[in-house]
Amino acid sequence: MDLVIARPEGLYCPPGDFYIDPWRPVERSVITHGHGDHARTGNGHYLTAAPGAGILRSRLGQDINLQTLPYGERLVHQGVTLSLHPAGHVLGSAQVRLEYQGEVWVASGDYKVEPDGTCEPFEPVRCHTFITESTFGLPIYRWAPQAEIFAEVNEWWRGNREQGKASVLFCYSFGKAQRILHGLDESIGPILVHGAVEPLNRVYREAGVRLPETRYAGEVPRNDPLLREALILAPPSAGGSSWMRRFGDYSDAFASGWMRLRGTRRRRGVDRGFVLSDHADWSGLLWAIAQTGAERVMVTHGSVNVLVRYLNEQGLDARSFVTEYGDEDDAPAEVES
Amino acid sequence: MRAFADLYMRLDATTSSNAKLAALQAYFSQAPAEDAAWAVYFLAGGRPRQLVPTRMLRELAIALSGLPEWLFEESYQSVGDLAETVSLLLPESSHATDEGLAQWVEAYLLPLRGQAPEMVQQRLPELWAQLDRQSLMLCLKLITGSFRVGVSKLLVTRALALMCDLDAKRVAQRLVGYTDLSHRPTAASYLKLIAAESADEHAQRGGQPYPFFLAHALQAPTEQFDALLGSPSKWQVEWKWDGIRAQVVKRDGQLWIWSRGEELVTDRFPELHSLANTLPDGVVLDGEILVWKTDAAADALAVQPFALLQQRIGRKTLGKKLLADAPVVLQAYDLLEWQGEDWRSRPQHERRRQLEQVLEAYPLTPVLLSPLVEGDSWEDLARQREASRSLGVEGMMLKARDALYGVGRTKDMGLWWKWKIDPFSVDAVLIYAQRGHGRRASLYSDYTFAVWDSPPGTPQRTLVPFAKAYSGLSDAEMRKVDTIIRKTTVETFGPVRSVTPTLVFELGFEGIALSKRHKSGIAVRFPRMLRWRDDKPVEEADDLGTLQALLA
Repeated sequence: MDLVIARPEGLYCPPGDFYIDPWRPVERSVITHGHGDHARTGNGHYLTAAPGAGILRSRLGQDINLQTLPYGERLVHQGVTLSLHPAGHVLGSAQVRLEYQGEVWVASGDYKVEPDGTCEPFEPVRCHTFITESTFGLPIYRWAPQAEIFAEVNEWWRGNREQGKASVLFCYSFGKAQRILHGLDESIGPILVHGAVEPLNRVYREAGVRLPETRYAGEVPRNDPLLREALILAPPSAGGSSWMRRFGDYSDAFASGWMRLRGTRRRRGVDRGFVLSDHADWSGLLWAIAQTGAERVMVTHGSVNVLVRYLNEQGLDARSFVTEYGDEDDAPAEVES
Repeated sequence: MRAFADLYMRLDATTSSNAKLAALQAYFSQAPAEDAAWAVYFLAGGRPRQLVPTRMLRELAIALSGLPEWLFEESYQSVGDLAETVSLLLPESSHATDEGLAQWVEAYLLPLRGQAPEMVQQRLPELWAQLDRQSLMLCLKLITGSFRVGVSKLLVTRALALMCDLDAKRVAQRLVGYTDLSHRPTAASYLKLIAAESADEHAQRGGQPYPFFLAHALQAPTEQFDALLGSPSKWQVEWKWDGIRAQVVKRDGQLWIWSRGEELVTDRFPELHSLANTLPDGVVLDGEILVWKTDAAADALAVQPFALLQQRIGRKTLGKKLLADAPVVLQAYDLLEWQGEDWRSRPQHERRRQLEQVLEAYPLTPVLLSPLVEGDSWEDLARQREASRSLGVEGMMLKARDALYGVGRTKDMGLWWKWKIDPFSVDAVLIYAQRGHGRRASLYSDYTFAVWDSPPGTPQRTLVPFAKAYSGLSDAEMRKVDTIIRKTTVETFGPVRSVTPTLVFELGFEGIALSKRHKSGIAVRFPRMLRWRDDKPVEEADDLGTLQALLA
């Protein structure tokens, strides 16, 4: 029997009568992680991994009806055994393991296989059917180890500092920003953050993730010489806004897996593109799928058709689930990354 | 190779001219002359003939990456550039070669051309294994001839001039012909580019043309012309011909014809070869090559549509029939050299007077004197300009009577304006979309447009494709259109999607002609999107009747 099916409201578990990351309001929901396309308001009941509680409350409201579950701990609901396992994507991100009448399914939400120090690393879970994302499901996407990317960021920052220029690094404010903060060489100069980033830093710090000292960029006066030595983390939406004027002459960069392609990098119109993603690359996806031992794979958001076809050619039974996660199929421009 | 790859990255990473200039100077001040010679060649737009057939590159890349062919194709469609795709899919190489650009081009890449396929298949992987990913992409771009980075020839010229404290115009002059296929860059040719000025330089220029002076587009309404341009009496007004801009150089008993792309095209135009005998030595004419023959309608000699000239350009051999069907002339409008002397720093009116005298003294059958258009006022000229379409011209050229002949699209030595007529326009429906290349990779940015086959109210009328266009939208509009395309897709065939017709655009184009090759029976020239008609329902788009009316 299928433990998860696609319904207009979201991915649904029929025997357990609950949804995983529903995009329309439902009674019972299990949330894999706090990004906006997976965690939405209006559900009657939320279940999420314990380390993700702070994030979910800060994004969906303090008063949501939230139940948490430590990673690995089991919970039985209407005969379905449910447990949550680290997905390595962002703080509190989880894969959902479902077991019913000897059948095991894992819904992975979004995941990344390289450990990054700001969340529990991805844990492969054996199952019969694995539900995988495919955001970067093309072999052109191949990530370098994050240490190499941080070295590039540090070098860029140092270079700008020497030229007396501010370094503005655009990145997604939840997950990517904290991962960068955690990996940066804080001895280079002061680190400032946009107003969208600071609340999430607080949640990460409260969860015990070590982040360097950051200051809210808004409180630094315009033309303060400090700006010329600083690294500023801001969400992409701040680019081109009047908020940027305070930095005077600056160099800008964007951190995202999409920066792997020259075209997307140029379209962003930034000086530098750092290839840093919170999703698995092509070989990461294939590795994770193989680790589960699953014979059946359901592919969601990203390069769905490509991954389905490839896995079928490898002898797996792969199919697609239509979801409202990510953006649409291969549109890379505005997706969380 | 590494140093050139670094330069490429620096140039690619910025849109600031000053930053590019700094990167170029830094590179040229360090590079050995033989490497710099090739760097100038590639940066200024030089391209050797294709070194390896694209099909072979693909096959090799597929084999080395271990991917199924369809997955390679999917990847290519997403990246939008073959060289980049291959560089992203080949296994990462750990070592980087220290050998320079010249060594790579001359010893490794150029010899690939014409080699037996087995040799190339063996050789390329050995070469690729020596390159880090950036250098690999660059190497592939050189092989496929798709090397392009946002640097103009003018910028290269400025960088070299700044570095060697030379006049940029002098460097531009020396650079003419540098990227022609017949020229092979060497350390010596590079050193000549940046050498100190010498007295006999002018005498040693062989068949070299001068850098072309280019016009700026004039887009203001006529009422503002008096304020913008002053009185028409300060301007020399000519028709704007729609042909191939060319310089005809006659020196030392020999004739050279150069196109605006600084390509030597002497062979392409045998009609002009008699000038080798009839023009005196030390003459350079600037003008437009046009197909010129008796017009059936007007029963007089007249310029023919560019489409006819284009047929000639495409052919390898010029048969008798083609030469008879599409004979060319040169409409001359400027004199750059006379009696071996560079006339570019004389004012426009003086060059014009001398040009008239030369053409009178030497009756040259294949050369016509581009006529001046006289008008008392800008309104009067604007009225005359309305005849442009029936005359087969694109509008008017306004040249300041005191303008010197500048270099490229500069304004410091004088001014030329092109005052073009408004394009034709129709409202058309987007029916197919394809992903773009380069900066638009992965975005649906190349569109096929259709008009209705019959007027509104006709039952079961259908849309007929008639033009493809990919320019004219802002980045923001393109992203919106991209989203709509993804939401309204009916079918996907490889890189192309058909969509439910919902989007109407005003398409502009320069020319329109009957065509047997197009389903609609009509071919348009330079189609582009003028604006997005989101106010217009699909049913109100134009039909074939509108296009046919424009033909008349």
